[in-house]
Amino acid sequence: MAIKQLTVFVPNRQGTLVSITNTLAAHNINIRALSIAETEEFGILRLIVNDEATAERTLAEADYLIKVVDVVGVKIGDEPGKLTAALDVLDKAGINMEYLYAFMARTEKHAYVVLRVEDNAVAENALVNAGFHLVTEADVNKL
Amino acid sequence: MEQRYYQKEFETMPLEEMRKLQSEKLVKQVKHVYDNVPYYRNLMDEKGVKPEDIKGIDDLHLLPFLTKADLRDAYPYGLLAKPLEECVRIQSTSGTTGRRVVAFYTQKDVDLWEDCCARAIIAAGGTNKDVCQVAYGYGLFTGGPGLNGGSHRVGCLTLPMSSGNTERQIQFMTDLSATILCCTPSYAAYIGETLKEMGYGPDDIPLKAGIFGAEPWTEEMRCGIEETLGIKAYDIYGLTETSGPGVSFECEEQTGMHVNEDHFYAEIIDPDTGEVLPEGSKGELVFTSLDKEAFPLLRYRTRDICVLSRKKCSCGRTLIKMSKPMGRTDDMLIIRGVNVFPSQIETVLLNEGYQPNYQIVVDRVNNTDTFEVNVEMTPEQFTDKVSEVLAKEKALANAMKTMLGINPAVHLVAPKTIVRSEGKAVRVIDKRKLV
Ligand SMILES: [Zn+2]
Repeated sequence: MAIKQLTVFVPNRQGTLVSITNTLAAHNINIRALSIAETEEFGILRLIVNDEATAERTLAEADYLIKVVDVVGVKIGDEPGKLTAALDVLDKAGINMEYLYAFMARTEKHAYVVLRVEDNAVAENALVNAGFHLVTEADVNKL
Repeated sequence: MEQRYYQKEFETMPLEEMRKLQSEKLVKQVKHVYDNVPYYRNLMDEKGVKPEDIKGIDDLHLLPFLTKADLRDAYPYGLLAKPLEECVRIQSTSGTTGRRVVAFYTQKDVDLWEDCCARAIIAAGGTNKDVCQVAYGYGLFTGGPGLNGGSHRVGCLTLPMSSGNTERQIQFMTDLSATILCCTPSYAAYIGETLKEMGYGPDDIPLKAGIFGAEPWTEEMRCGIEETLGIKAYDIYGLTETSGPGVSFECEEQTGMHVNEDHFYAEIIDPDTGEVLPEGSKGELVFTSLDKEAFPLLRYRTRDICVLSRKKCSCGRTLIKMSKPMGRTDDMLIIRGVNVFPSQIETVLLNEGYQPNYQIVVDRVNNTDTFEVNVEMTPEQFTDKVSEVLAKEKALANAMKTMLGINPAVHLVAPKTIVRSEGKAVRVIDKRKLV
């Protein structure tokens, strides 16, 4: 059920981020969700794209340090308090969350949120049992 | 019975006798150099030392040092001590770091050098029944000619392959059942990897020993080569300035290299003061050629950092042992008053499961040295969590602190991002020198 996140190491060098997005654009890869975590020395870029395999190959060929990890995508009803409700579910299930970020596009009824947790299966179960819908690869490709 | 030594008399000579022999040779050598090498005579005169002052090996410390800079100044004939008509050979360094060194040999010098290499081959278990594949470069480089000559002296069937053309190396190795391989350790590792790819296991090839030198290598590399080739891997040391490989060599104990001290007298000095240090101290290795004729360097500073030891060796040789060089004085950095060698950083990285792809950056900010080490990560080490990357940096910094005594800032960087110049990574950037 999990969706694939592409993780790219970004040295804090001017232009790196632009050259990554340019490389992806040149291969017709659309970025669906993006977040960047930064320290003084480096950044870690996390991406959800429409064609993960091509993106991975393209960036690897351009000598970027990359890693693909499985993350949970959850659909959040487009009304106040819904994200908090989802986080509550995970908290009550004792699931540690590393980070989260949102998709850029949204459907009529939902915003999509990416969750990076220790155990994907447990988080997915907890969310589904609480009535949440998960984001699938097919959903990502439809955006 | 298997031959254990090539020249037993010298290799197992009691210390007292050895010192007597060294003293006799030194007195003669100093006179020979003083009379025939104006360049060194000037150095002695400047220091106020006369040949008569050198009565034995204990007076060696009175003599001036020779450095790489002297070799450069005296290029090409300035340190030659015999007329050219008595010389039969030159060998030379590649000259990649500054002006090349050209060393001259009389026939006696060549003989002496080949004897030293023969000692190394016998110490590695070689006999006249062995097939010795010499895959060091031949030509100006000393590796090929030295081991080739030693192999002849032992009576091995010698395969003068020179380096390169790995496919042909492997074909000769397997078709002619080579039992000893002589080459650089990195080439041995490469041959091993190629054999593995071709489907050969360690038991499928008759190799039993390797004699590897001419470049720095680690114990980890030794283990790797021994495993893939199914051999014992022996270290050998030498430099063109002193003759070539065979100045020192490993025996079956593999715990340091026996110095052929009947020909080459070794000292360890403090690289800053030039003071001779006692046995067991770490410092710069200095060699004096006791009986070379054409190119007899006295107190030549090798710039290699190592330790000498007279600890009794189970092989029966009494020749003093030198450790594998731990670094070079020109590599040595003094950071916040502490001596740091890039090789120490390399050791930590290998211990901690990293590739030795790193760069040391030293600078001075507000009168304090800054010390940073950039290390390339592999995709396996990279993670999507910032906290894990930072934890890895911290762990590496701690391991380096334990090794060095001072704390670097470690930065993990992407592969292939450390600056390379002509294919070689630039290991040290010392910005303090630019000021
Ligand atoms: Zn020994």
